[in-house]
Amino acid sequence: MGAMIEVRNVSKAFGGVQANQDVSMDVTEGGITGLIGPNGSGKTTLFNSIVGYHPIDGGSIRFEGQEISKFRVPQIARLGMLRTFQQTRIYGNMNCVKNMLISVPHRSMGFLEIFGDHSTQELEKAEHLLEFVGLYGKRKLMAGDLSFGQQKLLEFAMALMNDPKVLLLDEPTAGINPTLINGLIDRLKRANEEFGITLFVIEHNMRVIMNLAEHIYCLAHGEMLAEGTPETIRNDQRVIDAYLGAH
Amino acid sequence: MLDNINLLTLAPSLNVQLLLDGLFIGAIFVLAAYGLALVWGVMNVKNLAQGEFVIMGGYLAWHLGTYNVHPILSLPIVAILMFGFGWVLYVAIIKYVVTRDLFTSLLATFGIALVVQQALNLAYGPEVRTAESGFGTRSFFGGLVTVAEIKFISFALAVLLAAGVIVFMKKSRMGQAIRATSQDPRAAKVMGINTEKVYAFTYALNGAICGAAGVLVSMIWVIQPFYGVPHSIRSFVIVTAAGLGNLPGVILAGLGLGMAEQYSGFVLGAQFQQATVVGLLVVVLVWRQIQMAQHRQVVK
Amino acid sequence: MTGNWKSPALYAAILAFGVAAPFLFPGYTTQIAILWMMILFALTWDIAGGQMGYNSLGNIFFFGAGMYLSAVIQVGMFTDVGTYTSARGGEQLVLGYGDYFVSVFAGMAVAAVGCVLFAIVIGWVMFGLRGPYFAIGTLGIALSARELASTWEWIGGGSGIAMPVYPGLPDEKSQVSYIILFVLAILTFLSVRWLYTTRFGLAINAIRDDEEKAEAMGVHTTRYKIIAWSVSAFFLGMSGAVFGNMTGFVEPMEVAFPTVTFGIFMVVMSLLGGKGTLWGPVIGATVFHIIKEVTWTYMLGWQWVALGVLIIVNVVFFQQGIMGWAQDKWPEFFGIEVEEASAAGDEEAA
Ligand SMILES: Nc1ncnc2c1ncn2[C@@H]1O[C@H](COP(=O)(O)OP(=O)(O)OP(=O)(O)O)[C@@H](O)[C@H]1O
Ligand SMILES: [Mg+2]
Repeated sequence: MGAMIEVRNVSKAFGGVQANQDVSMDVTEGGITGLIGPNGSGKTTLFNSIVGYHPIDGGSIRFEGQEISKFRVPQIARLGMLRTFQQTRIYGNMNCVKNMLISVPHRSMGFLEIFGDHSTQELEKAEHLLEFVGLYGKRKLMAGDLSFGQQKLLEFAMALMNDPKVLLLDEPTAGINPTLINGLIDRLKRANEEFGITLFVIEHNMRVIMNLAEHIYCLAHGEMLAEGTPETIRNDQRVIDAYLGAH
Repeated sequence: MLDNINLLTLAPSLNVQLLLDGLFIGAIFVLAAYGLALVWGVMNVKNLAQGEFVIMGGYLAWHLGTYNVHPILSLPIVAILMFGFGWVLYVAIIKYVVTRDLFTSLLATFGIALVVQQALNLAYGPEVRTAESGFGTRSFFGGLVTVAEIKFISFALAVLLAAGVIVFMKKSRMGQAIRATSQDPRAAKVMGINTEKVYAFTYALNGAICGAAGVLVSMIWVIQPFYGVPHSIRSFVIVTAAGLGNLPGVILAGLGLGMAEQYSGFVLGAQFQQATVVGLLVVVLVWRQIQMAQHRQVVK
Repeated sequence: MTGNWKSPALYAAILAFGVAAPFLFPGYTTQIAILWMMILFALTWDIAGGQMGYNSLGNIFFFGAGMYLSAVIQVGMFTDVGTYTSARGGEQLVLGYGDYFVSVFAGMAVAAVGCVLFAIVIGWVMFGLRGPYFAIGTLGIALSARELASTWEWIGGGSGIAMPVYPGLPDEKSQVSYIILFVLAILTFLSVRWLYTTRFGLAINAIRDDEEKAEAMGVHTTRYKIIAWSVSAFFLGMSGAVFGNMTGFVEPMEVAFPTVTFGIFMVVMSLLGGKGTLWGPVIGATVFHIIKEVTWTYMLGWQWVALGVLIIVNVVFFQQGIMGWAQDKWPEFFGIEVEEASAAGDEEAA
């Protein structure tokens, strides 16, 4: 299968900080791609460049063959590329079901549908997905009253609600109770297999990413350091050094 | 309208007149706009009462004039009074809005603006006034360009004031504390800066700057209880065009606005001078949006 | 959202009051008609301001634009506008009943449609602005319109346009105005009540709570924002058309674009009642209007100072408004089910 997202020679600086330098990489359609790197190595910056959060200084980003490096966030989202935030963002003053309903896919919504009520299918889908992430029992709770880990799960469910083609997850397991992490890995894999959603995951937890991803990229100091299968990355001396050096 | 444009090309000295007048009035706009940029940047308060502070300063000078205090002498007095006024406002109201959402500070200061303009109207009535300074006028180019001496004096005072504030911000302890707080309030607090006091001082300082600007306005132009709104809009136009924390930009935009107003007043007619200010506000906001859109950003 | 406050008795009581008021208090028909208009003001402001988090200071623009549109249409149907205005009200348009009402309703229709078009065009530009820039930008729009109207001679410039004369007696005229404004207010209320239950309602709440997140989910934020403003413009435009006819004279400063009176009242009333709630604006408008009518004339010029103080106290110390405060105090009464539901949810999860 081909590349769904093609990143070529992308650079991005914040003032004097070169957050990304000449980064190139591919996200394979239908697969799970991982992105690792020490703190501050530019992972979130690369995500933000891809989803249209800020302009890039140079290079090209293509999504399904289309150049998107000049598009804005909502446009890109409507193409079917969605992201979750490292600092989880949910609607704290609304209950979980409403959170889900906000993220019904908007790319196909007609003008008159705007003034319609949410359909029963949508409600069922919302409840089904809440069940999928294990939040069905809390569906009437204000999302702000959920624990941090539950909020992350809710954000994940919201993203699924949107029927994305590709989902960019920024540290999905950070702050989640370690006993629940295996369940989450399982759900990510099922989202990939059952719903056919391509995943692109930033992760700090080595065990998680080795388990999850088929292909891993490693950033260090804004530059692409290494890439390959979990096996290659695990044994790559440069990656080991980068992590040891950072800690 | 075309006649007036023709006039400008036939008598180039008229341009000198307009540019000079624009420069003199623009210098005052810069002062008020700098004050706004200060409270906006340091404590994130969009002070809609900016123009009312200016007009209030003007009335204080006018009032002191009735006791035969010359406006130039009243300038430091007014600055001190307005500093106190700003401090009181901070303690009574602004303190509670600093941490709140932006519209709260906007509306609260709008309420202050309303109270000030109406109180001035009750106290002094709706007549247009000028503080008498008693200087003569000078003619240049064989009488084609005439400039009141007081305008030169006012300009010099504005430059002096601005320089004073800038030096104060750079050199004094309080100035450094203000700058530290504006960069990172939490870090400033950790370093032992009393941010509460810094905020109070900043708001009060803005009051003093506006008050001083108002004295200058009352000397070289006119004041009226309801003339504050255009002054507020001018400050917003200037700060928006220049961007926060861009002092040279504020100076350029302020002087430019002063001249633009003089020209449009001359070419289109005096009734368009106000329209120019609000029109420019809309233009600047649109222009900023186009600029930000290129950076995949919005104006916020 | 507080659409759960469904009490048929309450609706019936309000309707009954609305219908009976002109008979019960014939001396106050105009004041109560204005009360309905104030409710319309607050409700329409709250769509963008309270429910969507876009606080406009310039909604009065639509009121004035609607008024001028209807004036130009109503006059233009019978005579040349330029000649009419240049006569400086030398002769007023006198029409029969049929012509008069046709012109009024044509004026309202054009005002409504025209203002929606304005909302789309101006909204396209203004809704790229966030927070304070939006507030100040919209204020700029209202002030620009006012300046423009005062210098545009064709529509009468600063001296304005005289509206067609009502063919009947003054009392009858105020009753007719009353009926139209009452119906408009009811229509506005029912429209927003319905809108807040649709996808649209949820989407604008999402924009208010976290617009960046909504954008990241692909919500058509610009479209929703423009629709929200268009709904406000639609009703405000019509109310402006009616108010112009009611006053009989359209002029830019005090009648069409009264930025510091009606323009600010809209905001204050929503805040006072509790913004972002369905009933808040209604309650706020009612309380504000009654207090204002009762005290205004006794304050001898201090009323404006009092208004400023009210704004300050309201936004700084009482931001939740009457409705928010009441909901905190008696949540059961408003059918707020969060607490119970969360308790149940916890049990289920346990
Ligand atoms: N908006 C910004 N402005 C200025 N500097 C930024 C900005 N965003 C990121 N940076 C800088 O760019 C570098 C890369 O940051 P980034 O957030 O991409 O790292 P990361 O790999 O996601 O780190 P972490 O694992 O801690 O999330 C850092 O030095 C950071 O300080
Ligand atoms: Mg990161």
